[in-house]
Amino acid sequence: MRDHLGRPLVAVTGIGAVTSLGFGVAESWSRLLAGQSGIRRITRFPTDHLRTTIAGCVDLPEERGQPFTSPIRVEHMAAFVIEEAITEAGIGARGRFPGPLFLGMPPVEVEWPARFDLARKGHDPSYPGMTATAAGRHDIYETFLYGGIGERLAARFGTRGAPISLTTACATGASAIQLGLEAIQRGECDACIALGADGSVHAEALIRFSLLSALSTRNDTPEKASRPFEKSRDGFVMAEGAAALILEDYDAAKARGATIIGLVSGAGERADNFHRTRSNPDGRAIVGAMRNALADAGLEPGQISYVNGHGTGTPENDKMENFGMRAVFGDNAPPISSNKSMIGHTLSAAGALEAAFSLLAIRDGRLPPTINHDEPDPNITLDVVPNVARDATVRHVLSNSFGFGGQNVCLVLSAEPT
Amino acid sequence: MTRQDVVITGIGLVTALGEGPDAHWDALSAGTSPVVDNTTYAPWPVHPLPPLTLDRQIPKKGDQRQMEPWQRLGTYAAGLAIDDADARALVDDMHLIVAAGGGERDLALDEQVNAELAEANDGARLNELLATGLRPTLFLAQLSNLLAGNISIVHGVTGSSRTFMGEESAAADALRIAHARLAEGRGGIALVGGAMTAQRWDLLLLYRGEDGLWQGPHKPLSERERPGMVLGGMAGFLVLETAEHARARGARILARLDAVASNAARRAAPGEAAASAQSLLSQVAPGGVDAVISGATGAPAAWKEEESFLQGVGAPVRRPGSLIGHGVEGAFPAHVGLAALALHRGGFFAPMDPADAPMDPEDAPSRILVTGFGQWRGEALATVSRAEF
Repeated sequence: MRDHLGRPLVAVTGIGAVTSLGFGVAESWSRLLAGQSGIRRITRFPTDHLRTTIAGCVDLPEERGQPFTSPIRVEHMAAFVIEEAITEAGIGARGRFPGPLFLGMPPVEVEWPARFDLARKGHDPSYPGMTATAAGRHDIYETFLYGGIGERLAARFGTRGAPISLTTACATGASAIQLGLEAIQRGECDACIALGADGSVHAEALIRFSLLSALSTRNDTPEKASRPFEKSRDGFVMAEGAAALILEDYDAAKARGATIIGLVSGAGERADNFHRTRSNPDGRAIVGAMRNALADAGLEPGQISYVNGHGTGTPENDKMENFGMRAVFGDNAPPISSNKSMIGHTLSAAGALEAAFSLLAIRDGRLPPTINHDEPDPNITLDVVPNVARDATVRHVLSNSFGFGGQNVCLVLSAEPT
Repeated sequence: MTRQDVVITGIGLVTALGEGPDAHWDALSAGTSPVVDNTTYAPWPVHPLPPLTLDRQIPKKGDQRQMEPWQRLGTYAAGLAIDDADARALVDDMHLIVAAGGGERDLALDEQVNAELAEANDGARLNELLATGLRPTLFLAQLSNLLAGNISIVHGVTGSSRTFMGEESAAADALRIAHARLAEGRGGIALVGGAMTAQRWDLLLLYRGEDGLWQGPHKPLSERERPGMVLGGMAGFLVLETAEHARARGARILARLDAVASNAARRAAPGEAAASAQSLLSQVAPGGVDAVISGATGAPAAWKEEESFLQGVGAPVRRPGSLIGHGVEGAFPAHVGLAALALHRGGFFAPMDPADAPMDPEDAPSRILVTGFGQWRGEALATVSRAEF
């Protein structure tokens, strides 16, 4: 089947997810629908001197009290969600996935344990000293090389071609799905893995975001800290997680008898040139990204049943998202909710996790809530599905991702054509 | 879907040899010596960046202050490419794909923390030192996607923005995807490229782990007794357009970007990377090529694989790594830019390495192969042809 622009339809046949609410799609989704929060006090490392001491951490059973560095955590979570997604899709032979890998992930760099190790071994804390001592440290090289995670995942799952690792800040997961969508639309492949993963909760990252005044400091009540669209919201809550989608040419998926979970029916993007951490008050870029996604999917605003919002819980984002929604949808805006109220802001994973939950909302006819909605913000005029999940007939979902650096990506997820 | 021709209409090039097409054509067509700093990072030589008049491309001091050298370099070179394409008026709908590593760390702070805590295992004190020592702007200067973000902010490029990570492969795939999107009609104009600064201990530390860096005073690639990389500060940005888009606006066409292909062999056994590149050759150059610009990094295993592959190509080779060093994310687009430059000027470059065979200056190539063998993983090829429009 072809879409309104003559391109092959792109189906989703498998989903994998890990969040601070649980390992696997079923646990994460059921707890999201139950309105539970995965935000807790950080126990992985000391939090003295930190302004924010809470997060949506994913502590892996295999860490056994020895915390992984960020790239290793990302790799483990990514492998978990790819495995789950491939198993559901039932595609390819083991270790031989018949398509490429698009990996949305955070930037990586050499971390403190490696620097301390080199400084100790060489009895020299300086960079020239550490560099001399780094001879033969293939472990450091391969762990912190930007292409390292993608290569190891590609080798493990036997994906085809060069894996593409990418970042568009908080839109990363959506960009990965967009790249996969485009690859199938242009006939480069019949199937691919698109995922977003992030495991960046460590002290230095928290301090960096704190210095930008981006994080909630509601440390005493972690589960109440992420308050998208609510009057007393004071920032986002950093979190970890991952989601993978198996994307397939719809006809190819039907021909092999796959179960179709839904479609990725469109993607739109628009970059902002206003400011490094804020969107232009005219909303042009986020409105443009939403409209481009609708146009790409061949839909009118009125055909969208639900919006899975970016909804970070920063005062600025939610105000701008409300503005953008009104500009695109006018008086008849569909309900919008923020998964981040429960799982926090999973950064590079957010776009992929939220696309996954959008597809599940379509499958199950249930809108996940925005929790912690105690006092409405008079400037937020949207139906945010406050506190309690809701039944709804959901045919098309718009999923918004707006990133630091002005990188905005919106996806349209749709039900299988009838 | 009708495939459209994709052409190169702008080059933004900065290397140790200078900036811009003229500086590079003049030096490299006549033959030149490398600009090398053998001492600052000894025993690891680097090719330093030339002095840049940042105000010319990044006019606001406030923007310059929000960046560190890596982002400034990339933003500067992106502006050079836009100017070279005379495309300032087209930035609203210009698509952007950047190949990025990460920005500079605060090395003095790292060393101070190391000195106090390497033996101590004191997480609380680490938090305290970082919370008081880290500058707010540094985080944004470190973020990989903020090179693209700064290109949007400084130059107004807002069609779309994507950042690929993964060393040499990231740059080749950025070019491959930008080419494919234009060819299938997703937009008319795109900016693609990457940048790397070599004068950075934090990068030397990372690459040192693989024992792939050349140690000792600079030598050309083919004369390094044990192959190894010499990093070179470098940025390469290209403005790509559909031929139709370029013609409609009367743009000067430098060359046609025929094809870009990439792969990633596991490199578990000798010969795998060479075979991987060989399999790409028929995709990008079914009719053969007249000359090759090699992306040889100098990394030992990749060097052997590429030399074996090049023997089968049967065309004269130029190895820019001997003169400008290895530019990681900046290398592939810079080399494609050099290919476009030669095709546009109707000539070719003098030998860059003792292993480069001389060519009759009259014998100008009309199709050039650009190779990219990643220092660890990734094989990529691009072909660039003389524009016949």
